[in-house]
Amino acid sequence: MRPVIPYVTAALLFGLGVYGVLRRRNAVLVLMSVELMLNAVNLILVTADTTVRAALPQTGQVFALFVIVIAAAEVGVGLAIVLQLYRLRATVAVDEVPLERVDA
Amino acid sequence: MSAAGFALPAVPFAVALIGLLLPLQARAVAAALAVAGAAAALGLAIWVLAAVGDGHESSREWVDFGGLTVTLGVRLDQASALVAVAVGVVALAVQVYSITYLHDDDRYVPYAAQVSLFTAAMLLVVVAGDLMMLMVGWEVMGICSYLLIGHDRRLPEAPAAAVKAFLVTRVGDVGFLIGIAVLGVSAGSFRIADVLAADLSGTTVTVSCLLLLAGVAGKSAQFPLHTWLPDAMAGPTPISALIHAATMVAAGIYVVVRLYPLFLESGAALAVLGVMAAVTLLIGALTATAQDDIKRVLAWSTVSQIGYMAGALAVGSTSAALFHLLTHAAFKALLFLAAGCVIHAVGSNLMSAMGGLRRDMPVTFWSFAIGLGALAGLPPLAGFWSKEGIIAVARHPEGPAPAWVGWLVLIAALVGVAVTAWYATRLLRRTFLGTRAAAGTPHDPPPLMRWPVVLLAVPSALLGLAAFLPAFRDALGLDDVHIDAWLLLPIALLALGVALGWRDLPAVPAFARAFWLDEVQHALVVRPTRALAAMVRRGDESGVDGAVEGTATGTVTLARRVAGAHRSALPRAATAVLAAAVLLAAVGAFL
Repeated sequence: MRPVIPYVTAALLFGLGVYGVLRRRNAVLVLMSVELMLNAVNLILVTADTTVRAALPQTGQVFALFVIVIAAAEVGVGLAIVLQLYRLRATVAVDEVPLERVDA
Repeated sequence: MSAAGFALPAVPFAVALIGLLLPLQARAVAAALAVAGAAAALGLAIWVLAAVGDGHESSREWVDFGGLTVTLGVRLDQASALVAVAVGVVALAVQVYSITYLHDDDRYVPYAAQVSLFTAAMLLVVVAGDLMMLMVGWEVMGICSYLLIGHDRRLPEAPAAAVKAFLVTRVGDVGFLIGIAVLGVSAGSFRIADVLAADLSGTTVTVSCLLLLAGVAGKSAQFPLHTWLPDAMAGPTPISALIHAATMVAAGIYVVVRLYPLFLESGAALAVLGVMAAVTLLIGALTATAQDDIKRVLAWSTVSQIGYMAGALAVGSTSAALFHLLTHAAFKALLFLAAGCVIHAVGSNLMSAMGGLRRDMPVTFWSFAIGLGALAGLPPLAGFWSKEGIIAVARHPEGPAPAWVGWLVLIAALVGVAVTAWYATRLLRRTFLGTRAAAGTPHDPPPLMRWPVVLLAVPSALLGLAAFLPAFRDALGLDDVHIDAWLLLPIALLALGVALGWRDLPAVPAFARAFWLDEVQHALVVRPTRALAAMVRRGDESGVDGAVEGTATGTVTLARRVAGAHRSALPRAATAVLAAAVLLAAVGAFL
């Protein structure tokens, strides 16, 4: 098996995710970009599991399953925060989130 | 005897302490207390004079500074008793006079107490048997002069004059203090008797005498530290009488008399004293000819007359100096108090606003005329005999000073006679003769101001004749008065001076500005000091303070920047995280 294709695909996916995180202002799209990066990592884990001889077999695949579960939970929490932000501010643009402390 | 010696400064001092504690409204109590204190001091001084005999000395140990003992003691003789009597008389006259002169001053109560303190300090200098006690009196006089010159706060120049008097005398006092320290350490004791008896090396004596002379020049207003005295005229007139006649300026001369055996061992110190005296005498007299302020004329005349006393000391005669000190105390107190009456009546210090007061103020006029006659040396008034004594001594100098000092003092004294007559005549003519310059009805002062003036006219007129009394001559150690052809020379010079003063000569600019010595002092001392102070202040504000405050502001600014970076929005934070990841990866790859 030639591992180059999945590796390159994973790198492209990761790059796409990085670009999305850096350039997108919409919080939902930023979350999606993070998902892209996680999935790129998953792809690398699975590919590496089949090509590299490890001390313990199938660890890459197990680890990918962990990542999928955690990503699902993370998206749930993230979307809840985005929803709350939208209720408070009527916007989900990340660079408009006020970071200065507002003195009461 | 020693109890009386201690009581002499202690009584006015106690009165001053009580007076300083009185409330401002207690005018009558303060006045009674002050007059009683001065009268008690005068009574004690007279008693000491009668009882002292050949002199009295007592001392007991006071403090021991690691081998150097300071004693508490009095040293009395007839000469010091006479000076104490003069101080008492002038202080009493000033206290009585001040009651009326300051009748509308709401700070009379502390004023009277400060005058008592001033008197106490001078009497302490007079009786002190120990250099440290003398130093205490000397310094208390300095602070009293500061307080009293600055008394009249409505005058814009009074605070500056007070500070100037304090600082200029302080410059001399530094030398005085070091001189006393040198004497005390090398003699092993601060007692005057021990210091005079100690076997000191010539260098020590010369150095300490020159240092003492610095203090004397400051207190006695001798060139080049004389500039404070004319400005001190910003004080109330009775204070001028006190400072000029009995205390402060007399203290310097008196201290030289006290330590004269030391000066006799140092020809150099006496030569310096002689030059200082001659310069001061002429500067003072010439400047007095061109002043318009009546008190400034009298102030410059004091500078000049103290020059006479210092000149007498330089040519080896303490008795002639003390005799002139006593007559000067009488006629200068009279002149200032009478000038106070004139100012009181006219409402101005300027002679151009006076003139023609002879008819309206006959008592003041005659007293003033007697005082000016005594000042100018009109025979047979007091100043004639005492000045004649100084001229006679200068003709036959004794003591170790070089011969040219005698000639210098003699010439200065003779020129001084003419110039003194010049400004005295000018003062009399412009104040009392001629026509009235201003409207109003001047009148002789109320009794409490008139009587001190009239009573002081008596010694001003007659004290010179005391030189014919053997008892008085013995007390001061004066020689017999020789009536010979030499007496005609001062009289001729006097006539020349009167002729000069009678004509309305224009004021010479150099005399009117006191030879620009104030400006010289300003350029050489005041401005460099100010520049240095400004530099130090800048260094302190931008250097020391700047370092401390800069550290704080730098930390705060840095903290704000970091806090701002921490607060950046998500895109920038994510960029930073990724950049750091790339950096770490790169570093990891290279290592």
